[in-house]
Amino acid sequence: MNAMSEAVTDTTTPPTAGPREVVVEVIDLHKSFGSVEVLKGISTIIHRGEVVCVIGPSGSGKSTLLRCVNLLEEPTSGRVVVMGEEVTDPDCDIDRVRSNLGMVFQQFNLFPHINALQNCTIGQINVLKRPKEEASTKAQENLAKVGLAGRESAYPAQLSGGQQQRVAIARALSMDPGLMLFDEPTSALDPELVGDVLSVMRELASEGMTMIVVTHEMAFAREVADRVIFMDGGVIVEEGHPDDVIGRPREQRTITFLERVLDPTHVRAGEEDEAHQRRHAADHPAAGSSRRDDDLRPLPGLPH
Amino acid sequence: MSVSTLAPPAHRGPSPRQRAKRRRLIQYVVLAVAIVVLLLVADWQQIGQVFFRSDMIYATLTQGLGTALLNTIIYSAGAFIIGLVGGTILALMRLSSVAPYRWIAGIYIELFRGLPALIVLLAFGLLPLAFSGLIIPFDPYGTVWLALGIVAAAYMAETIRAGIQAVPKGQVEAARSLGMPAGVASRKIVLPQAFRIVIPPLTNELILLVKDSSLAYILGLSAAGYELTKYGRDLSSANANLTPLVIAGLCYLVITLPLTFLVQRLEARARRGR
Repeated sequence: MNAMSEAVTDTTTPPTAGPREVVVEVIDLHKSFGSVEVLKGISTIIHRGEVVCVIGPSGSGKSTLLRCVNLLEEPTSGRVVVMGEEVTDPDCDIDRVRSNLGMVFQQFNLFPHINALQNCTIGQINVLKRPKEEASTKAQENLAKVGLAGRESAYPAQLSGGQQQRVAIARALSMDPGLMLFDEPTSALDPELVGDVLSVMRELASEGMTMIVVTHEMAFAREVADRVIFMDGGVIVEEGHPDDVIGRPREQRTITFLERVLDPTHVRAGEEDEAHQRRHAADHPAAGSSRRDDDLRPLPGLPH
Repeated sequence: MSVSTLAPPAHRGPSPRQRAKRRRLIQYVVLAVAIVVLLLVADWQQIGQVFFRSDMIYATLTQGLGTALLNTIIYSAGAFIIGLVGGTILALMRLSSVAPYRWIAGIYIELFRGLPALIVLLAFGLLPLAFSGLIIPFDPYGTVWLALGIVAAAYMAETIRAGIQAVPKGQVEAARSLGMPAGVASRKIVLPQAFRIVIPPLTNELILLVKDSSLAYILGLSAAGYELTKYGRDLSSANANLTPLVIAGLCYLVITLPLTFLVQRLEARARRGR
């Protein structure tokens, strides 16, 4: 990881790190929603076993970057290669790649009509074609792992936010993914419920799971991440070891952001409004403008 | 200009509350007078003879009411199933990314929502005459099922479409993120949730169909195919007495009132959350 902390602001040529397997390679990624360019040329490489935290102000494009990795958003240009498959290639079987990627959403997105266990088996049975018993066993293991043994039959509405998010993690883990994507997994939680979710993620990291985590939890990023990427305005401003990026940031934008996040009372008047305006332009792109929309339409049996 | 919250009212006479009370009293008195007048003026014997003649009640109950009730249920249930399947397909077409599917579904829905069900039923009744050799299976049931089902599908399509769109986008994203193809995500994740949302309005649709099945009388049914309305009407005409129609009407209530109650229960449950 030392090689990485040296390549702090170099975003055009990703750092090469010895013989380790490359899990994700992002090359000059651009993404626009209508006329708003949210990603303006992102390049980075993520290796097997690495935990990468992506931080930055709202509207900086962190979530969009993450969603481009499993093609929930279709990039406008650039290439994304996930575990050897170029997902930006139109011929790529995206469903197969996705079945090997765990995604955890800010709003959990658990399936409300089935219970916790079924949430964890539905993908295994319908996508991986595992036998029911095997899927069930796997699901129980993972629910136990996130501290929810005994809650298998609970429906999402009967669980707290923190519990729901942990079921969501178990659901993703049940697919035995080679990479976990976390999109602000604790942002929708009450403060007292954040800790449980973070400790599950910490445990995953310690087991060597490759993880990309978009987060506002600076303490978590500093403690768990092998590398921190700071994004602002659709570009990677600074990346490297958390002690450097969070502890000794070099770029002014990083310093300003961290000041704000770590001590929100020191925001100067007016700054918040400016930030809000920027956010408003970029954070809520016209709904449905994404080309991937068609793909997400729930349509069985009709040609696309 | 002393200000006091206990200042005496500026005007004399009854307070607003007393006036409201008096107004309510007047309304009760009017109602009571109307009922008394009705009781005194109406010829109860005559009314009883026209609407509830006991020998007619007996005749109605014994001459085939069961068959008619069963037929009404069969007509409406079959039409409901056709409407449900057709409505689901139309709703999915309406949401298709293929534009011609959207147009076809849109035209169908506007057409059959705008046409009287009676005209569609008449058309289907005449089809075998117009196309010689065409046979609609299970006649007359097939004809009624098709005609009413085709109209119901148009209404149900809009209901089901709204239900599908009420399922949050994040559900599809989560399903697709697990690697489910679009079709599997629809079948396993979106449609089950959508149908839960639309159960109350679809039950209302079923109630409407039960009543619309009375239109089948226009087909010139044989006695075995009589539904409640036709059955009650024939007996009423033959005897110049309304009792059979009243009984037929009550039979509709026997079907629809439990359904109405069910809808209320379902809606209450939906409000409480699952």
